[in-house]
Amino acid sequence: MKPAPFEYSRPADIDEACAILAADDGARIIAGGQTLVPMMAMRLARPTRLVDIGRIAALSFIREAGETVVVGATTRQRMVECDAVVAAKVPLLSKVLPWVGHAPTRARGTIGGSLANADPAAEIALVAVTLGATLIYRRDGGDTEIAASEFFVGPMITALERASCLTAVCFPVWSEPRVGVGFHEVNARRSDFAFVSAAAQIALDEEGVCRRVAVAIGAATDFPLRLDPVADALVGTRIAPEAARAAVTEALADIDPVSDLHASADYRRRVAVTLALRALDDAEQAATRRGANVH
Amino acid sequence: MSIELKVNGRVHALDVEPRTTLLDCLRDSLALTGAHAGCEHGVCGACTVLIDDVAVRSCLMFAVQADGYAITTIEGIAPAPGELSPLQDAFCETHGLQCGYCTPAMILAAQALLTGNPDPTREEIIEAISANICRCTGYAQIIEAIALAAERMRGSNRPAEPAP
Repeated sequence: MKPAPFEYSRPADIDEACAILAADDGARIIAGGQTLVPMMAMRLARPTRLVDIGRIAALSFIREAGETVVVGATTRQRMVECDAVVAAKVPLLSKVLPWVGHAPTRARGTIGGSLANADPAAEIALVAVTLGATLIYRRDGGDTEIAASEFFVGPMITALERASCLTAVCFPVWSEPRVGVGFHEVNARRSDFAFVSAAAQIALDEEGVCRRVAVAIGAATDFPLRLDPVADALVGTRIAPEAARAAVTEALADIDPVSDLHASADYRRRVAVTLALRALDDAEQAATRRGANVH
Repeated sequence: MSIELKVNGRVHALDVEPRTTLLDCLRDSLALTGAHAGCEHGVCGACTVLIDDVAVRSCLMFAVQADGYAITTIEGIAPAPGELSPLQDAFCETHGLQCGYCTPAMILAAQALLTGNPDPTREEIIEAISANICRCTGYAQIIEAIALAAERMRGSNRPAEPAP
């Protein structure tokens, strides 16, 4: 369980990091290392060089910018979990973070690292896809934006080009007064990988009618899958359980979940339907309660 | 590579291979063998140390990444040689250990909890040690130990009750 030898660089800024990556095909970025280091220990990953961006101060921040909350790529998961701005503006992100690994890995693990790792079961990726986050990466001295829906292209595979480095992710803020979120996950232990997960965010108007709905499932497919047809079916209505079930069931009818030792494909599909419905239900109820507090 | 590690308040100048984990560096270069090598890939928690008072896995960090941080190992938490910290005392009293392999990590995880939360609920205690595997105790006495230590540490900062 010892990693193979490698070189180590700690660039002073992001452009230097990209230059080192460009010069060495076998180089990989390390930030928190909470996935990469075990992969290296098991020799499933054998980078020739680690480019440590964990101390580039400009990459670690949480700030509001217009209708988004922007989180720097190397911001520790623990910092985001405890952040009041995130809790108030992107409550779905706060809600899922306790399910990301466990406290000691969240103390080191980063938001950008989890996104760039693109594990199909990753909760942070699920939130990015659910909310339609925008990811920003640096390459050749310039910044490029990419939608979360285009960023994830396969299990552990992203659209990031070679010698580029994720720098930040912008989570949209829903400014409606009555917003609620829901999240559910089935796993062997809370700190372990999800077999299936689902997240939802709903905005209700004063009458309790859905004005905006976002719902997605994770872990069941190669990357988190946003169920836009479900949102389309529910917006403009008061959520009726039968209508929600019909829309979710139809949206998930054609997914092709992985089958493994832990759960069969059929189990994952059935559980995905159930968890998506529970997430929607929780989100609607939370949004309804927000109305109750106002009056 | 040359690095400087600040461990238990002392700065050590070291020359390490980049692939040396913080765990191996603590054990092999500094002879601080209280951090235990269990799974060596981040699952068991036996290698837990504190980095700036926060519990982390020393097997999931390379020593070269750790320079400049304040690292605390189990060897650094007793107030003086021959003494035990309140948490160590409580683990002894409640039989919070059997084989002892997980114990330094359990105590450091508990220390990290109590630093930020002097009056944790049972659920918060469970959450704080949920990243650490114990194969002997069944956890009940460990939870008891942490609750007892928390109570004593809170009490030690309170003025004595006036006599009735």
